[in-house]
Amino acid sequence: MALSPNQADLPRYLLVEQEKIEAVGRRYGLDFFPVVFQMLSYDQMNEIAAYGGFPNRYPHWRFGMEYERLSKSYEYGLSKIYEMVINNNPSYAYLLEGNSLTDQKLVMCHVLGHVDFFKNNFSFRSTDLDAGEPITDPVRRRGSDYDPNRRWIDKMANHGAAVRRIVDRYGIGRVEQFIDTCLSLENLVDPWSRFVRRRREEKVEEEPTAVEVPRLKSKDYMEEFINPEEYIEEQRKKIEEARDKKKGRHPASREQDVLLFLIENAPLERWERAILSIVRDEAYYFAPQMETKVMNEGWASYWHSKLMTSEVCDWSDIVDYAENNAGVMVTSGGRLNPYKLGVELFRSIEERWNRGQFGPEWEDCNDLDQKKHWDLRLGLGQQKIFEVRALYNDVTFIDEFLTEDFALEHKLFSFGWSNRNERFEIDSREFKTVKERLLGQLTNFGNPFIYVEDSNFENRGELLLLHDHRGVDLRSDYANETLTALERIWRRPVNLSTLADGKKVFLKYDGKEHSSRAEAP
Amino acid sequence: MSLKIDQDHSRFRGIVRGKIRQNLRRYISQGELIGRKGKDLVSIPIPQIDIPRFVYGDKQRGGVGQGKGDVGDAVGGQEADGDDGQGQAGQDAGSHVLEVDVTLDELADILGEELELPAIENKGKNRIVAAKDRYTGIRRVGPDSLKHFKRTYKEALRRSVASGVYNPKDPIIVPQHDDRRFRSWKEDVEPVANAVIIYMMDVSGSMGDEQKEIVRIESFWIDTWLRRQYQGLESRYIIHDAVAREVDRDTFFKTRESGGTMISSAYKLCSQLINQHYPSTEWNIYPFHFSDGDNWSMDDTLSCIELLKQDILTRVNMFAYGQVESPYGSGQFVKDLREHFAEDERVVTSEIRDRDAIVSSIKEFLGKGK
Repeated sequence: MALSPNQADLPRYLLVEQEKIEAVGRRYGLDFFPVVFQMLSYDQMNEIAAYGGFPNRYPHWRFGMEYERLSKSYEYGLSKIYEMVINNNPSYAYLLEGNSLTDQKLVMCHVLGHVDFFKNNFSFRSTDLDAGEPITDPVRRRGSDYDPNRRWIDKMANHGAAVRRIVDRYGIGRVEQFIDTCLSLENLVDPWSRFVRRRREEKVEEEPTAVEVPRLKSKDYMEEFINPEEYIEEQRKKIEEARDKKKGRHPASREQDVLLFLIENAPLERWERAILSIVRDEAYYFAPQMETKVMNEGWASYWHSKLMTSEVCDWSDIVDYAENNAGVMVTSGGRLNPYKLGVELFRSIEERWNRGQFGPEWEDCNDLDQKKHWDLRLGLGQQKIFEVRALYNDVTFIDEFLTEDFALEHKLFSFGWSNRNERFEIDSREFKTVKERLLGQLTNFGNPFIYVEDSNFENRGELLLLHDHRGVDLRSDYANETLTALERIWRRPVNLSTLADGKKVFLKYDGKEHSSRAEAP
Repeated sequence: MSLKIDQDHSRFRGIVRGKIRQNLRRYISQGELIGRKGKDLVSIPIPQIDIPRFVYGDKQRGGVGQGKGDVGDAVGGQEADGDDGQGQAGQDAGSHVLEVDVTLDELADILGEELELPAIENKGKNRIVAAKDRYTGIRRVGPDSLKHFKRTYKEALRRSVASGVYNPKDPIIVPQHDDRRFRSWKEDVEPVANAVIIYMMDVSGSMGDEQKEIVRIESFWIDTWLRRQYQGLESRYIIHDAVAREVDRDTFFKTRESGGTMISSAYKLCSQLINQHYPSTEWNIYPFHFSDGDNWSMDDTLSCIELLKQDILTRVNMFAYGQVESPYGSGQFVKDLREHFAEDERVVTSEIRDRDAIVSSIKEFLGKGK
């Protein structure tokens, strides 16, 4: 399917709506990339959705799997995709042919919210192709002429072309198998590396220099009390020990970006390195979307609701709109709906900042009645939510704005597996527990923390990964399969240090068999 | 469908073909499947291949949900962070098996597709046609009994909002004449093909619970498939040990008798049923017999064969014999049948060792398109 970057195939009456909606959006302060809407039939929609929104990606069976899932769900009448928008400049968004005009307007409003979010949320700055590495100050205000290169649609297509060339040379079977291997490791990235300079240029030390122990500032006559000699000596030893330990170690410190480490250090053939790099690039492209799912959907829903109900809907639309909106916002079966959670949080922020319900006076007030009628008429709500949409991600958003009142009002609970009844059960409605669980789920995209610890483990060129255990074990059969994939890339035995049932274990795959043992030898 | 996704899809199917047999087999073998049937819906899995990664184990994980319920209550969905198709394109971690509800018709089609079952050749009794109404549309006129309440309400609501009568504080909606909407139907004319399945089962002491469960699952699938092929499908049930009697479906699967086995008694009764109720000029007839193959005597086996040859085979589409392996049975009967009917296409035999063999057995029974 050829996608042309012009809007010629969008019917005139929709172009008129788009213009109108964008004008209203701008008036409300939304600031978005140009949006290109395309009208698709449902099977085109399913195809593009299967490719993650891009018309052109590298060949892989999992896109076919996703396509089958989407088209079967559609055929069986379970679900259909209303809209899709990709983070690109200009942003591409797709409308489903045959939807009613009300639906199309709703989708356009929703998309506008997403595109504003893509442009303004700091997370997405890391998808600027012209940013240079890495963005250490994503908060810095950009000028009004901010027009970054986010031609990801081209980049993905280039990835596709590159992989196809490799396929022509080595055959689809071999290449696809290698892609499978890479995808097994796809989640081993470092979400924060996009904003931090992780590696500092270390000075190559020819000769060991004397260790300088930092001292606390003190007046001369106080020196021996503030920086006692024994303490300084102790610190010196510690630093020296740490330095000795580090010596000859590779990597010098733990690396969470396992993919990058492998690209730089594993004995890969050229084409393999090219593919692994593509998989890594794309993983980082999708990272901001996973990192801001609640906010992004909440923001888009906030705006579709605002735009639709204030200016875009006419009388004939409003009932259909309300019905559809209710369908999107529904929370049933105890599920947490990210659309609903996000939009309600934004609304709660808006209301609190309008009424001045923040700051120490508010926090310290224990009079329920006074709190209930607390209204300083500050009218800061709009300003605040625009600020929040720029500077937060899901973790910080929920950490800061999900209050106890909110949790109570929206009946949040945490659940866990009950061994006794063999089912998932509500285990708490306690605010602290619920919030911790929710934040835990979002941290590191819900992935375990895995680091490269040592590339010369036991001095045998084996790779050692470390799982930073935070209360939940790894799924063991998957962990073993993943080690198999890792060994395929490292070409030497690979080890993983983790905890299982509270005990330390080393999982190992040496190319022939899996083993696990309690202690490192 | 464009070339690109077509290629990716066909490779996926290729991977699944190697895999799906087991997937489907495992799923069919699970007795719970029938138990899940409610309102003619069953859950079917869509094959998903999961790429293994370092992930958290499921059970320790838990999550956060929203809604009513006390501590200790079960949570509705399995996982609260379910992803929906809507919204931004992202990378959603695929769930292992997506369960969807489909109608039995669709289930039969899926079964047919997976097992490559041929459509059944009707015995050429297409003369009779019947009209069947399907409610598919909406119109503005109709009898009150077909009033579509929700659509009518929506029209009324729409009108009252548009005309400014609607008051959110007092949201009373009064439908007027023009608001009314009715269900409308379309007439489908279909050839009537009558079909009857006559299930016979050996309930002698040697048939245990597991054997009967296998019969139950297998007959569910046979039912489903044949029902897809014929609009008016009837089922009759005969149980037998040394004597045979007709029972209802429930009794059929639950009865356990002791005593000997005279298969001929069942065949006699089957033949009688056909004589009395199902003239072969109008009916497609499918006798299915399940037993552990341990007949009382060679004499009785011979009279069975005689009955089949003389009375039954001339009037049926096919005769199916499924032998369930049991620790007590000798399994002789299937050998005798095969010896006598080696040349006869109308007799289909199948040995079902265990639950996992059900799928291949269904294929043996229904694979000929009779």
